[in-house]
Amino acid sequence: MKSINDRSQDIGPFVSQTDDAIIICRCEEITKGEIRQAIHDGMFTVNEIRRYLRAGMGLCQGQTCGKLVKNLIARELNVIPDQLDPATSRSPMRPVEMKVLGNEEVAHV
Amino acid sequence: MSKHMSKYNDVIIIGGGIIGNATAYYLAKKGLSVTVLEASKDIGIGGSSRNGGGVRQSGRDTRELPLAMWGIKNLWPGLSEELGVDVEYTQKGNLRLGKTAVHQKILQGLTDKAVSCGLDVRMINGDEIRAINPYLSEEVTCASWCPTDGHANPLTATLGYYKKARELGVRFITEAPCFELRKIKGVIRQVVTPDAIYEADKVLVAAGFDSRKILATVGIDVPMMPLKMECLVTEAEPPMFLQMLGTADADFYGHQSKHGSFVFGGSSGFEHLNKDNGSPISSSIGASCTCRGIIKYFPALADAKIVRAWAGWLDDCADHVPVISPVEEVPGLYIACAFSGHGFGIAPAVGYNVAEMIADGHSTIDLSALRYDRFKPKQ
Repeated sequence: MKSINDRSQDIGPFVSQTDDAIIICRCEEITKGEIRQAIHDGMFTVNEIRRYLRAGMGLCQGQTCGKLVKNLIARELNVIPDQLDPATSRSPMRPVEMKVLGNEEVAHV
Repeated sequence: MSKHMSKYNDVIIIGGGIIGNATAYYLAKKGLSVTVLEASKDIGIGGSSRNGGGVRQSGRDTRELPLAMWGIKNLWPGLSEELGVDVEYTQKGNLRLGKTAVHQKILQGLTDKAVSCGLDVRMINGDEIRAINPYLSEEVTCASWCPTDGHANPLTATLGYYKKARELGVRFITEAPCFELRKIKGVIRQVVTPDAIYEADKVLVAAGFDSRKILATVGIDVPMMPLKMECLVTEAEPPMFLQMLGTADADFYGHQSKHGSFVFGGSSGFEHLNKDNGSPISSSIGASCTCRGIIKYFPALADAKIVRAWAGWLDDCADHVPVISPVEEVPGLYIACAFSGHGFGIAPAVGYNVAEMIADGHSTIDLSALRYDRFKPKQ
């Protein structure tokens, strides 16, 4: 079993860091400290961090912060980042208005 | 960990969704040792994090309505405080909307049944509807209105139960799919995973539709099938309304979250025929179809931007009502699955009552109508 799969493993106490106030997810304004605290709450995957804090759930859908979140988790759990999956990608690629997404009429010229 | 290393617990729960996590939490509160085995890498990756967040009583089958009513009265209001996580519980009512005489009849039928169970729900007309929610189009002519219904955030509720259970000493193991349940001397004893064999006096199977193949290893069957459904979410919008919404045809449902985004689920009518490669990916038609449905009810949302769409499987039961039951044929085995797409709202009540069933042998709410052996062929 990979160590990361044992959610009761001891990763040490949460120790605050001087740059914990840095914003990691710009869309949802989630800080480094909030993400580190969430890891200590047991959120060991990028998907779990996203669902717990909304980091990566804003307009850019994690295209900016996804890698940063992954590296924070890896560092806190003392594993290499490659052991972690990125957050699941979701359609649509860009935000689309409902009236556009819902319009399936084909214009015949 | 060696292949044959045994791990003993009072209870093993198979499935790290909201049902498994909530049951683990309430069992840990009673002082039992619990391990939760989750097949995937993520806690709460199935229906628990893919649903629309309804915390409804109205529209439910009378067999599960008592659980819904009890949970809304006793657990949901204090849940954020209890878990130390904001589950965004909002109790501002549920409108189930209709446009036609057929809809009116469906809604009246559901309302009559719920009233007979003591629920405060009533039919209202178009003007009354728009007094509650002024954004609804003139096409909406009737609705059932249940003021004590609401919604919550499935993501933080699922992970909140996980966090709190973990704090109380519950062990969670991910990437631990159960291959086999094993009886020893006629009673449940072992749960076999690729990395280890876990042992317990009692085992709860709460693994969504995967429960079916797990239960098959001890000769038990729950008649259910996976059914893929889809949801979407908009960017944050200014606050518009707080009610949970659904329709008589169940063609879409949703609410505005605390964050401001609208979360909607809907059906294209092709769910049972959707291509499915083993991963619940969105279809090309689902989100578009749901958008058209929403705009007909809410013209003001036509310009709201969709930022994300996703799909998930329901564990759709033969009679669309869950199986929550001890299995006397396999002493020590318990089942909580087949929630058929409406498990989230009753999850806290299910966790609480299943924990009582496992620890004490009886539960606060009578769950006998939800037994696993209720399915009978045509006579």
